[in-house]
Amino acid sequence: MKMQEKLNKKLNNSYFISWLVPLILLVTWQMLSLWGVLSERILPAPTEVLQAGAALLETGDLAEYIGISAKRAFIGFLIGGIIGFVLGLLNGISNIAETLFDTSLQMLRNIPHLALIPLVILWFGIEEEAKIFLVALGVLFPIYLNTFHGVKSVDKDLIEAARVYGLHGFSLFWNVILPAALPSILVGIRFSLGIMWVTLIVAETISANSGIGYMAMNAREFMRMDVVVLSILLYALLGKISDVFAKIVEKRCLKWHPSYQ
Amino acid sequence: MKDGNSFELQEVAKSFGEHDVLKGVDLSFKKGEFVAVVGKSGCGKSTLLRLVAGLDKPTGGKVFVNGKPLNGLNKSSRMMFQDGRLFPWKKILQNVGVGLNGNWKHEAMELLEQVGLADRAHEWPSVLSGGQKQRVALARALVNQPDILLLDEPLGALDALTRVEMQRLIEELWRKRDFTALLVTHDVEEAVTLADRVLLIEEGKVVMNKEINLPRPRQKDHLQFVSITSQILNRVMQVDVVMENMAING
Ligand SMILES: Nc1ncnc2c1ncn2[C@@H]1O[C@H](COP(=O)(O)OP(=O)(O)OP(=O)(O)O)[C@@H](O)[C@H]1O
Ligand SMILES: [Mg+2]
Repeated sequence: MKMQEKLNKKLNNSYFISWLVPLILLVTWQMLSLWGVLSERILPAPTEVLQAGAALLETGDLAEYIGISAKRAFIGFLIGGIIGFVLGLLNGISNIAETLFDTSLQMLRNIPHLALIPLVILWFGIEEEAKIFLVALGVLFPIYLNTFHGVKSVDKDLIEAARVYGLHGFSLFWNVILPAALPSILVGIRFSLGIMWVTLIVAETISANSGIGYMAMNAREFMRMDVVVLSILLYALLGKISDVFAKIVEKRCLKWHPSYQ
Repeated sequence: MKDGNSFELQEVAKSFGEHDVLKGVDLSFKKGEFVAVVGKSGCGKSTLLRLVAGLDKPTGGKVFVNGKPLNGLNKSSRMMFQDGRLFPWKKILQNVGVGLNGNWKHEAMELLEQVGLADRAHEWPSVLSGGQKQRVALARALVNQPDILLLDEPLGALDALTRVEMQRLIEELWRKRDFTALLVTHDVEEAVTLADRVLLIEEGKVVMNKEINLPRPRQKDHLQFVSITSQILNRVMQVDVVMENMAING
């Protein structure tokens, strides 16, 4: 009886359930490989991928590549995010800034940032700057748009109430405008985290001599299917980790929001 | 403290473009007085309050606070809005203390106690009922002891029972704390329950300025209360008839 209850509880746990489908897929994959349905040249078994990972971990290459990719992602995100955030705030608060900058930014936004790759390679070669520049550019616009929109749509009545209660200048910004715009800003951040990884994958695949993307391209040349798959899984994992992180931040910052209670 | 005027309006006019909302309003408010403003929707009650709060500038005439012409925000006034306008991202205590410095927590807590919500101080506003939100808004409006409390239909969205409770609370706090109150309401009974004086705005002018000399707390079934209330109500409703007659007579 007790066991049954415990099992029910576990199944009710949505966290557990959300991992159920990936787990089943993984097991199926392994089975198909074992039975020889999936040829090794199409998709190596999960255990083989894991072994490749372990081997690379031992030589220290894996940690190095992950570290380099994460660093590129982080720096690019930070630069693009800060620029987008500041521009969004500025244009959202000041009408002069909006008329001055918004149209130009909306125009730039329509250029797919990955279309700039040839130009970026000409500018920076395959140096770090190229990858960081592309990530920053990709991240900038979603954060800009959502910050701008968030600040623009702060309830005017609340701003008026805040003024009646003596808030102005920085205290008005800090106590009212920023928290009111935060849900929208965080949507921008989550969205741009996705763009961050996609940009990095493309950039590293095309031109790099280190990082996960380089590892994948290198492995392709030597027909190391297991390492190629490993790189793909690593990207998926990193993407998931950053999304979980963003979710945690969201939960902490938006505790007041009825949809997070 | 109770002598002298709290604030005054001299020939105050307000237009929005072509639209003249207030056309020369002369009023003075004694310190500690409770005044209610009634009138049809759109007659300019909120506009009047915003002028006193300094949120808008009159297009004609002047507002005087403590004898001095008002320039910018009226720092001795606080406004309480119909929709409460609590900041959803601030806990209830922080909402009450918004804009305060120094040892504000103590004072904010005291006011929450007075409105009966001290035990909810550390919750988010979203969990409160409409009536409780308005109590928090009232506490916030009173926390730094304003000379003037402006109330823009603060009870408009509440059910009848909660309204009566809130009216009592407002009256009690007003007697304790000695501020000048200017209450906009569309409920004539509420005006007569609370006010020393009831103003009626029509066509941009103050057309009635009636003292209510009933003992407090006022009984709604008291004969005089009923007669004054219906008197004012008739006066409010009469406009249409008078206007029609004027139109017919040329
Ligand atoms: N910022 C503004 N711009 C243009 N017109 C305005 C503005 N504010 C108010 N008005 C107009 O002034 C008139 C009076 O508005 P006000 O809000 O003072 O009415 P009210 O008496 O408070 O009405 P209610 O009882 O419905 O709240 C209305 O016709 C309104 O359209
Ligand atoms: Mg109004």
